[in-house]
Amino acid sequence: MTRPGALPLPTRRHALMGALGLGITVEFLGTRAFADSERASGAKKLVAIVARGGLDGLSLSPPVGDPSYAALRGPIALGPFGQAGGALKLDDTFGLHPSLAATHKLALKGEARIAPAIATADRERSHFEAQDVLESGASVVYGAASGWLNRALEAMGPAGKVKAISVGPTAPLILRGRIEAASWSPGGGAGGDPRLPAILADLYAHDPLLGPALASGLAVEAMARTAGQDAALTAGAGGAGGELTARAAQARRLGATLAGFMVQSGGAQVAAISMDAFDTHAGQGAAQGPLALRLAYVDAFLDGLATGLGPAWSDTVVFMATEFGRTARVNGTNGTDHGTASTALILGGGLKKGGIVGDWPTLAQGRLYEDRDTAPTLDMRGLFKGVLRDHLGIERAKLDTLVFPGSAGVAPVSGVV
Amino acid sequence: MAIDRDLGAAIAVTRFGLGARPGEIAAARADPRGWLAAQIRAEGADRPPGPAANSAERINQLLVYRQDRQADKRVGAAKSDASKMAARVIRVEGGGDFLSRLRLGATTGAGFRERWALFWANHFTVSGAKLATAGLVGPFEAEALRPRVFGRFEDLLVASSSHPAMLIYLDQIHSIGPGSAAAQFQAGEGKRRGLNENLAREIMELHTVGVEARYGQADVTEFARAMTGWSVGGEADPADRRGAFMFRERAHEPGTRTIMGRRYAQGGENQARAVMKDLAASPHTAHHLALKIARHFVADAPAPALVGRLERSYLDTGGQLGAVARTLIDSPEAWAAPALKFKTPYEFMVSSWRAAGAVPTDVAAVAPILAALGQKAFSAPSPKGWPEEAEVWCAPDAIVKRMAWSETFAAEATGDRDPIRLADAALGARLTPLVAATIARAETRPEGLSILLMSPEFQRR
Repeated sequence: MTRPGALPLPTRRHALMGALGLGITVEFLGTRAFADSERASGAKKLVAIVARGGLDGLSLSPPVGDPSYAALRGPIALGPFGQAGGALKLDDTFGLHPSLAATHKLALKGEARIAPAIATADRERSHFEAQDVLESGASVVYGAASGWLNRALEAMGPAGKVKAISVGPTAPLILRGRIEAASWSPGGGAGGDPRLPAILADLYAHDPLLGPALASGLAVEAMARTAGQDAALTAGAGGAGGELTARAAQARRLGATLAGFMVQSGGAQVAAISMDAFDTHAGQGAAQGPLALRLAYVDAFLDGLATGLGPAWSDTVVFMATEFGRTARVNGTNGTDHGTASTALILGGGLKKGGIVGDWPTLAQGRLYEDRDTAPTLDMRGLFKGVLRDHLGIERAKLDTLVFPGSAGVAPVSGVV
Repeated sequence: MAIDRDLGAAIAVTRFGLGARPGEIAAARADPRGWLAAQIRAEGADRPPGPAANSAERINQLLVYRQDRQADKRVGAAKSDASKMAARVIRVEGGGDFLSRLRLGATTGAGFRERWALFWANHFTVSGAKLATAGLVGPFEAEALRPRVFGRFEDLLVASSSHPAMLIYLDQIHSIGPGSAAAQFQAGEGKRRGLNENLAREIMELHTVGVEARYGQADVTEFARAMTGWSVGGEADPADRRGAFMFRERAHEPGTRTIMGRRYAQGGENQARAVMKDLAASPHTAHHLALKIARHFVADAPAPALVGRLERSYLDTGGQLGAVARTLIDSPEAWAAPALKFKTPYEFMVSSWRAAGAVPTDVAAVAPILAALGQKAFSAPSPKGWPEEAEVWCAPDAIVKRMAWSETFAAEATGDRDPIRLADAALGARLTPLVAATIARAETRPEGLSILLMSPEFQRR
């Protein structure tokens, strides 16, 4: 071990090198590009967005063409296509929420699709159980302690290289596990004492939790500076938007910064981000209101991400999924309660063209799950397995056992990527 | 496993308590268990210092704010100065409550009692993330929880579930029985209002029996019906009821309810109380609470024997939480476990102030740091509260930010004190030779304190 007191360490750059003594990734610092010839999937990128709280699929992608929709939804129904504040048309049945203008533009180019009746294997309508099943990839609640995205990294190749990042100050379950993942959130804190990182790196040398965390955090901090500069340019040059609220502008910048992380040479290949506050029990609104604001935030994030990725967008798949949908009927307080199936969004420059992913059970009487919720027609694991197989090249056997244990009966969805 | 008194004192103060102030470990050394047991008292936890916050006053401020906003909207104006100011007052007062709680944590000589109170505040989470509850978290904890944390769980449950803050936070105030007089009247007016099951569901899932009890959707809906009428007085109600708990008979769903196989006769307000009594007495609740207590105080994956002891104590005493706290202290597993609990940002900062003998003074300086570390003041992300697991809090980004804060804090707090003495006082027998040697080699006193605060032993408890 290096004796920390003996090292002159005038800059943070040196401190980073001190952290490297722990054997954590050099690649992440961006010293060399991915050798694509070594592994074709090296350039492929995946971004997972977990929408927490139970996102109302019938507002995200309102089926305004479904004959039962307007009556079930009452005051929270979105208006028909073409009407001011109405749904943005995808096909004869489905539209997107009017807050999702940038996403809608992507959809018209075939770069965004919806899976409107998708659900996890959990049916208990508990946020916490359903989020656990969604993120762990297990077939039962608390069936796995790590996240399926982390196990997908494990399935892709040798461990030890940092190639995943989560956005936010805490680590979401979907990306927790054996493969070390970086994390980052805006407002990085560089301290004053240039010696401290190296001293702590030594102190953490045998600490299984703190050691890797510090090394990875320092590496990301260095990347953030570069990515942040790129993002400022991207966000400033953005054409879409018009009247972005301050928060939406912030979301757009977040998307662009994340893109900056991913396009740097040696940057993260897989990223996870949580968005919360979708638990709309009361007063959720329709074209305007609290949910519309949250969706505008999502739209701005996606726009910033897609724009920021530039040419890499065609090698990127983004999905957004939620733990469950909400009741088909508006409840007594102009909101919706915990339901079952919801909508997943799939985006990317290289998507295959096509309509909705999975079948639409309709909202007709007798077709609702327990006479209450959108009925699930697609197991979320099927979509994830399809993306992992067709986009990242993970073989079926590993998907059935390692990534989604006990899921051999759930076929990967074809024709998306 | 026998633990010597030096290590016992360090564990008592840092694991069960909130971290050591200078001299505290030495004071606990004579009898670590007795030092903890003496903090359990029938009158509950301490109230944070400062003017007593009052939830009814805060709700009345909110009502005034909403009137201002509606007036703004009627004239088509943007937010007027009056309504902006009112919103700011609500946020500022919430910040003041939070600072009072931090100061109590930083200064109390009864760190175990305060940790016990914080545990229950997290168990019965009311998040101030929304403006409607932003000013209510402090009053909720002080009025509903703190006086009862060593009493009967059933009383704590009823106090939480009937407090205006909880009724607002989990939408109970909007819930109306579909067959109630109020619903029929409103239907005549062309309005449609009805049931909201949010609070009923979370009481069952998070506060009492937990999902392992395997109740169904029908049980949740039935409980939600039983709870209709539990509400908060508003503008149209008599002045002395505004902002206080109020049972609205006209909103209550008439009839007998069946929940988890038991029938509850129509009894107005008391129907939901009868359900809560049975929920509190359920063995599922005993297990759920025992597991959570063990997870919080001892280990993310606690020894089953410890959970079993706590569970039996709960059942044997009819849910007396003071007795459960005593059982925790008397459990050998709670002392023998290695220090693997990773401090949350709140715990890390409070224990840092304690180690330095410092007191936070400016919430505007503290709040952004807690937010950056992932634990925004009074704003748990969901009714489930803040997570316990080390993996959540020891994320790379957060560690770099903890390090940066440690440096800033040490620069202000160290003064001319010897960091190795501070380390001895903060960790006692838990201070390792490696950390002591590293601190001894520090170039400056503040660097030495930063090393202490960021040491693996200080980050855990």
